[in-house]
Amino acid sequence: MFGLDKKDTSLLWVVIALTMLAPFILNPFPTGSGMAQFNAGYPDLMQRFVIFGIFAIGFNILFGLTGYLSFGHAAFLGVGSYSAVWMFKLLSMNILPAIILSVAISGIFALVIGFVSLRRTGIYFSILTLAFAQMSFALAYSVLTPITNGETGLQVTLDDPRVLGVSATADGSIPVTNLFGLEMRAAYDLVVGPWTFTFSVGYYVCAIVMLLAFYLAIRIFRSPFGLMLRAIKSNQQRLNYTGLNPKPYTLAAFVISGMYAGLAGGLMAAMDPLAGAERMQWTASGEVVLMTILGGVGTLIGPVLGAGMIKYFENIFSKINDNVLHSWFSFLPDGIEDFIVLVIHPFVGKGWHLTLGLIFMLVVTFLPGGLVEGGQRIARALRKKKEDEPKSPSTEPAE
Amino acid sequence: MGILEVKDVGKNFGGLKALSDVNLSVAENTCHAIIGPNGAGKSTLLNCLVGKLIPDTGSVMFDGQSVLGRSPHEINQMGISRVFQTPEIFADLSVMENMMIPLFAKRDGAYRLHAVEKVSNERTLIEEAERMLDDVNMLDKRGMHAAAMSRGDKRRLEMAMCLVQDPKLLLLDEPTAGMARADTNNTIDLLIEIKEKRDITIAIIEHDMHVVFSLADRITVLAQGTPLVEDLPENIKGHPKVKEAYLGEAH
Ligand SMILES: Nc1ncnc2c1ncn2[C@@H]1O[C@H](COP(=O)(O)OP(=O)(O)OP(=O)(O)O)[C@@H](O)[C@H]1O
Ligand SMILES: [Mg+2]
Repeated sequence: MFGLDKKDTSLLWVVIALTMLAPFILNPFPTGSGMAQFNAGYPDLMQRFVIFGIFAIGFNILFGLTGYLSFGHAAFLGVGSYSAVWMFKLLSMNILPAIILSVAISGIFALVIGFVSLRRTGIYFSILTLAFAQMSFALAYSVLTPITNGETGLQVTLDDPRVLGVSATADGSIPVTNLFGLEMRAAYDLVVGPWTFTFSVGYYVCAIVMLLAFYLAIRIFRSPFGLMLRAIKSNQQRLNYTGLNPKPYTLAAFVISGMYAGLAGGLMAAMDPLAGAERMQWTASGEVVLMTILGGVGTLIGPVLGAGMIKYFENIFSKINDNVLHSWFSFLPDGIEDFIVLVIHPFVGKGWHLTLGLIFMLVVTFLPGGLVEGGQRIARALRKKKEDEPKSPSTEPAE
Repeated sequence: MGILEVKDVGKNFGGLKALSDVNLSVAENTCHAIIGPNGAGKSTLLNCLVGKLIPDTGSVMFDGQSVLGRSPHEINQMGISRVFQTPEIFADLSVMENMMIPLFAKRDGAYRLHAVEKVSNERTLIEEAERMLDDVNMLDKRGMHAAAMSRGDKRRLEMAMCLVQDPKLLLLDEPTAGMARADTNNTIDLLIEIKEKRDITIAIIEHDMHVVFSLADRITVLAQGTPLVEDLPENIKGHPKVKEAYLGEAH
């Protein structure tokens, strides 16, 4: 189906199901229960899951397939956000033209930066991309203030022209981002007993865009172009002597991944119409590297998992403070309670980076293929168990 | 005039004269062997033909055009394929994927952005790759990870990758080193068959004299970077200078 083979089709269906049902899956705990703080099913966070998923999917097309490690991809994300906000200021609050411009402009940026950076390989390539990204950050932060609004960040205001829309709504407020009238912030709450599930327009728009981006990535992976990219990672020398010029292939991969980043940046602005220079900082570029490695470099689904995991830690784990810990362990005698809280304290709340760092080290050491490899190992172990069980004849339906 | 004309080629590495005054003419549709002791400059000479090295002096003409100053992929697109002394394959890819890449290069040229077509839909190319794998007795290994194969198999795969491009000139740098006897004989048979069936010129570097004398129409003996003699195989066998070159190296 969809021009994919059976395995890829089922993977795509799994991802479709997970993203469409995310408001349920991510909200397993009843509202008001002690565990409710582990619920991740609120629109803002779910949007971030899929937006960073897009960012990581694109990054993986470059890093996972060609092996070229860029440390500057956040620059394209930032460019995407700025482009989108400018579209909201000048044209209209419709997200479609904004996102199209984000992708186009970041693609042009990627073409220029890629053209220069790809003259080098290995660590020199990485350093060049890092240098470019830091340069973009510095420019956005100070020099280009008329375009980026410096450290305050670029925002939509009441006196923006918005030639195809209105500068201000009838009640004098700034209009909201929408898709042909469908407001991004609109949401519907479904209450089932003690549970509340929120369905937000913004999330579903992002999710559908991510599914399209994911589908395109599968097609690229299975295409002759994808094969060439993997060949570049494997043996560039052989590729040369086989009559192929690796340069345009790597540049194309770089531009495509830059456009994915721009798409993510544009969506970010579409959900919340502002853009700041900090989105381009090197920490943001490093984050997408971590996401990809954590999930599984060069795998289809890995980057999405990695993005989800890191965003979950950043937003959920970071909320566990000492009060929460005390309430969990209040059943213990006071002394022991204080001691346990003291031990756990550095790993939660503001210490979430520490936990994530430890997990990252464990994954890289024991699961070089990332979370995907972990999943594969579990699946293999389960299959083995099944095979060990005596087989019942009949039942299995023919496919 | 031969299809390959090497004139007065010289190459120095620092103070070392790896090649000097090399003249070589390979006639079309023949097999030319280059033999000589270790370090004679045989691989260096091939490097000068495929754009890996640029000679300090002299010229290299292929099919009436100079190869000097062209990049390796351009030279390959002119019709030269090369098997390396240490196998150069795509170790992270499957055997079949290794075979598809040269076929794409041959059909689509040095670059084409075919990002949404599917590799698995390229029926004609897949069949061509399978036929070639069958010719080198590797069809059963088509799904195998290339890195997991023996050295001899890697060599056969590399040769298949070159042959499937149907090059005008095939350069082989010790293609049977590290191969089992049976595989060596299969390789000889395959090359003889290819020579008969196709319009192909072969330049082969080889230490195994059985291979050399089975295939070569002419032989050049290279010693210390210079051709010592060039002659028919039967005249090379007992040549005093050849013996001297090989014995000289043993001291
Ligand atoms: N890139 C290089 N830099 C410096 N010296 C080199 C380089 N390549 C080859 N040489 C030297 O040039 C000489 C010729 O080397 P070459 O590899 O051409 O020999 P060969 O005839 O292929 O030997 P073998 O039979 O061992 O493969 C050797 O002395 C080698 O050390
Ligand atoms: Mg050699």
